[in-house]
Amino acid sequence: MEIIFKKSVQDRKGVSLPALDVPTMISVEKKYGRTRDADLCELSELDVVRHFTALSRCNFGVDTNFYPLGSCTMKYNPKVCEKIAQLEGFCSLHPLLPQLRRGGMLTQGALAVLYELERVLCEISGMDAFTLQPMAGAHGELTGMMLVAAYHRDRGNVRTEVLIPDEAHGTNPSSAAIAGYRVRSVPTNRETGVIDLAVLETMIGPQTAAIMMTNPNTLGIFNSQIGKIAECAHRHDALLYYDGANLNAVVGKFRPGDADFDVVHINLHKTFGTPHGGGGPGAGPVGVKKKLEEFLPISRIVKRPDNTYSLNYGYPKSIGYIAPFYGNFGVCLKAYAYILLLGHDGLAEVSDNAVLNANYVMARLKRSFDVPFDRTCMHECVISAARQAKNGVNALDIAKRLIDLGFHPPTVYFPLIVKEALMIEPTETESKETLDAFVAAMEAIAVEARENPSLLHDSPVSTPVGRLDEVKAARDMDFAFA
Amino acid sequence: MAIVPTPADRKYTTTHEWVKVDAGLAIVGISYHAQKALGDITFIELPAIGKKVGKGESCSVIESVKAASDIYAPVSGDIAETNTLLDAKPEEINKDPYGSAWLFKITNFNGADLAGLMDGAAYDAFAESDK
Repeated sequence: MEIIFKKSVQDRKGVSLPALDVPTMISVEKKYGRTRDADLCELSELDVVRHFTALSRCNFGVDTNFYPLGSCTMKYNPKVCEKIAQLEGFCSLHPLLPQLRRGGMLTQGALAVLYELERVLCEISGMDAFTLQPMAGAHGELTGMMLVAAYHRDRGNVRTEVLIPDEAHGTNPSSAAIAGYRVRSVPTNRETGVIDLAVLETMIGPQTAAIMMTNPNTLGIFNSQIGKIAECAHRHDALLYYDGANLNAVVGKFRPGDADFDVVHINLHKTFGTPHGGGGPGAGPVGVKKKLEEFLPISRIVKRPDNTYSLNYGYPKSIGYIAPFYGNFGVCLKAYAYILLLGHDGLAEVSDNAVLNANYVMARLKRSFDVPFDRTCMHECVISAARQAKNGVNALDIAKRLIDLGFHPPTVYFPLIVKEALMIEPTETESKETLDAFVAAMEAIAVEARENPSLLHDSPVSTPVGRLDEVKAARDMDFAFA
Repeated sequence: MAIVPTPADRKYTTTHEWVKVDAGLAIVGISYHAQKALGDITFIELPAIGKKVGKGESCSVIESVKAASDIYAPVSGDIAETNTLLDAKPEEINKDPYGSAWLFKITNFNGADLAGLMDGAAYDAFAESDK
């Protein structure tokens, strides 16, 4: 498919304006004028319509195909949540309104949504207070680490290090480093797939500010020693941080607050009903225990004795502003709608099905692929193409071949501790028929990897563009068409 | 690319760096096995000259199409020189990990730090078990 500029034909137009029959009123000083043509493409309306319609048909998403991109939770989200977010009363609000004189009374509905969402997130996570402001998961992590720093500063603790398991999402060490901490990596036990308490005990000390945990972790395995890990952290006055990236596996089953986590972030967009991808929009609310509440970002939404809502800026120990206004309101609204739609039992069932689907896929793929941590997984499973790699077919080749067969590839080469990793997250919204079709495609690829490896090296062959040169893309970055 | 034999004239770490002492400097690079596991290397951030590094301390970051990884100093000392060739041509690390694509040289290094490292044969066995 050609880019639109290549379709340009000199003097072709999409509109015909009548000749100017009045004097020109605006004169532009020469120094502000263009020195050369704007190089816009010249096309008819039909050219433009066909071009963009053709582009839209190339789009690939949950609405068109199965999308088991591990760790990203690309599940189907009910369209009714979108409808709710489009309600005029919500989407026409100006974010400055609550700060204007008497403007707060005109935004009571939106403030009520935020206030109530904070309450239900407290209930879901077992925490005492929330801020909804962080705009994404990593932003939530940074906010959480800033809260950790504020806590230690307030107590006069000098802490320099954050401990993070080696399978963690890369954002964990990044967030801790941006917040000013040195990161130390805790090794995963090769047998159990989780970190060992005994190893942690040798690494923790008076220098440790926090331990960042994702539970279940990126191998899709739940660390059942978490109570003891929390006890170990608190013995050293270190805080325990819960990365909620995988909360969708345990909603209604396990509350981080009950396991003595001190700070939690939740990816509303992954867990609660917002379609995402392509970088957003997201929301990464942060929940804390009582001892950290005074440090939460401002403003905070409070309920007055007369049951109206307002914004409160009066928290002298707050870490301050971390986002403009109140976060991604639309994402918060959709999450609130999703949570109310499903209720406690419905959310628990979401987790049940997410876990069941992942285990089903893992069990069926065991015959054709290696499973490095062969135990019951949670919402995602990690398989390895190590067996196929011996025949010159890597995880990347398998991923590319899946595109030809109509599936979005799983995450590849993550977590880093698994060779030739393929990380599959089917999500709860897929039917058994879809999962069976995916397994059949994977099995067919395993056969091809044995019998016709060159076919896999050339894939995808059915797409508008074939195998992309990822090396060139990374080494010679050039984003502009010229 | 043919498999490159592991040179016997240097020592190796469990984090896949090699270190070779030459003219009073400890020259550091990554192993053939490491570059192969990383895949096509797209970027390397080398340490600043004069920086003090401790044994096992992260002092450089290497990026490939698959991942970003830390490079750890095999011995403690001061960074004396870095391989500027790699700024423009990080792919040299894939082509010649034991030769032209050394990463940095450490001066005033602690010779005792070399004692605990593996020789080529021991590293080969280690890398095999790590596959």
